[in-house]
Amino acid sequence: MIRDITLGQYYQADSVIHKLDPRVKLVATIGFIISLFVVDSWVGYVVAALFLACMIKLSKVPFGYMVKGMKAIVFILLITVVFNLFLTPGEPLVTFWKLTITKEGLRIAVMMAVRLSFLIVGSSLMTLTTTPNSLTDGMEKLMGPLKYVKVPVHEVSMMMSIALRFIPILLEETDKIMKAQIARGADFESGNLIKKAKAMVPLLVPLFISAFRRANDLAMAMEARCYRGGEHRTKMKPLRYRGADRAAYGVLLLYFVGCVAIRVWL
Amino acid sequence: MGIIKTDKLTFEYIRRDEEGNVEGITRAVDEVDLDIKQGDFIAVLGHNGSGKSTLAKHINAILYPTEGTVWVDGMDTQDESHLWDIRQEAGMVFQNPDNQIIGQVVEEDVGFGPENMGVPTKEIWERVEESLKAVGMYEYRKHSPNKLSGGQKQRVSIAGVIAMHPKCIILDEPTAMLDPNGRKEVIRAVRALNDVEGITVVLITHYMEEIIHADMVFVMDQGHIAMEGTPREIFSRVEELQELRLDVPQVTLLAHELRQKGVNLPEGILTIEEFTEALMAVSGR
Repeated sequence: MIRDITLGQYYQADSVIHKLDPRVKLVATIGFIISLFVVDSWVGYVVAALFLACMIKLSKVPFGYMVKGMKAIVFILLITVVFNLFLTPGEPLVTFWKLTITKEGLRIAVMMAVRLSFLIVGSSLMTLTTTPNSLTDGMEKLMGPLKYVKVPVHEVSMMMSIALRFIPILLEETDKIMKAQIARGADFESGNLIKKAKAMVPLLVPLFISAFRRANDLAMAMEARCYRGGEHRTKMKPLRYRGADRAAYGVLLLYFVGCVAIRVWL
Repeated sequence: MGIIKTDKLTFEYIRRDEEGNVEGITRAVDEVDLDIKQGDFIAVLGHNGSGKSTLAKHINAILYPTEGTVWVDGMDTQDESHLWDIRQEAGMVFQNPDNQIIGQVVEEDVGFGPENMGVPTKEIWERVEESLKAVGMYEYRKHSPNKLSGGQKQRVSIAGVIAMHPKCIILDEPTAMLDPNGRKEVIRAVRALNDVEGITVVLITHYMEEIIHADMVFVMDQGHIAMEGTPREIFSRVEELQELRLDVPQVTLLAHELRQKGVNLPEGILTIEEFTEALMAVSGR
């Protein structure tokens, strides 16, 4: 079950979206997230949904594959919905026992659910279509000016790229340790929340130890391959904007202006 | 002087307690003298804790000697101004393939070394292509390393080192975590590098079958070099090897036992073919 999480994993395909400059995709993702908070009408959400659907279609990532990744956040989504549903004051719609669902609550709950799931799908579309290396390259380039105020841009982006690379490896490891503990009678399933949390300790301790060991090995392997930070480094895949990237910026601008227009006039 | 030379190389691990006082000193490598010629295939054998990995890390300037000196291509590893040249000339492949692959795509990982060295973009691509071809992984260049088998991952790691155009490559138990097929794959790739590209290879291992093709074998025990010689010389000393807790290949052991029972077989038989030939000759057929 743990390996079903697709969030943040690269999906290999040959599509327009895959070939876009990572900076475009980063800016687009941020723009899309902002647009979700700009629009507050149903028309706006329909536009956002259409935009997202087009991008998914273009990216050639199977929709099912994306939804699988959503499972991990269903819980967070549910909490948000429940809280908004019951705790928003306003015109009562249904009342049972002490809980009241208000009209405003329903509206906000649905909106939040839509917003959150669009947000997740939108940002996972970015990570699914961009290799972590080019993603961090894009980030490094976008945040480049921060270097002058002593922000270690290269180091941060390298750390992120390594963290992303180790997600599947550590998940596999968790699975392995879990099975090993289950084989020796550990119980991760039953009991209340506290008992379940306590059961995680024999899982987390070996996982942490192995993560540190891996980090140590990796650092050594990187040094052995002449890694010495961002200076003197050249790029195998330097970032250069092409026609498609400029067109993508155009589409993005159009979408964003559209969203603002909907907010202002509708 | 050869490509790698050590003079009385000694390294001590110092264990400290919580206050930082010295608790004990372990001598992992003890006065080792080596002189390795350019283009040789060297194997270093030894059971766990014999100091062979520690020795390997000195050649790449990851560890510095407590006493003695290591030269790589005439450069002292303790001279910091040569540090990056040494690491480029003496590439290193480690045991666990998962912990040394940095890229999320095979070709990006192979490009990591040249990127660090500041090689121009166009040349990085040429180097990546030729190194992936050299280890037979070119078709996998767009794949994610997570989906490869252990042997394939190790070949990618080797390609990552070759892309830096090293003069020698040190493999620290590259096959310890692989299945027999993966082991064969990796050893085949390493031998091809040595034969075709003329790269000096230092293979550290505890599998006997892997050293048969080496030019020179060093056997380490408790930080010392216990035995050295060609594979044939080493394998003719079966009892000594067994004392050092090393397994002798089955066919060598069989020939040795037969000799002791009075069958007139030559010492140091390494392969099954050699054994059958020798046995046929003895039985007069």
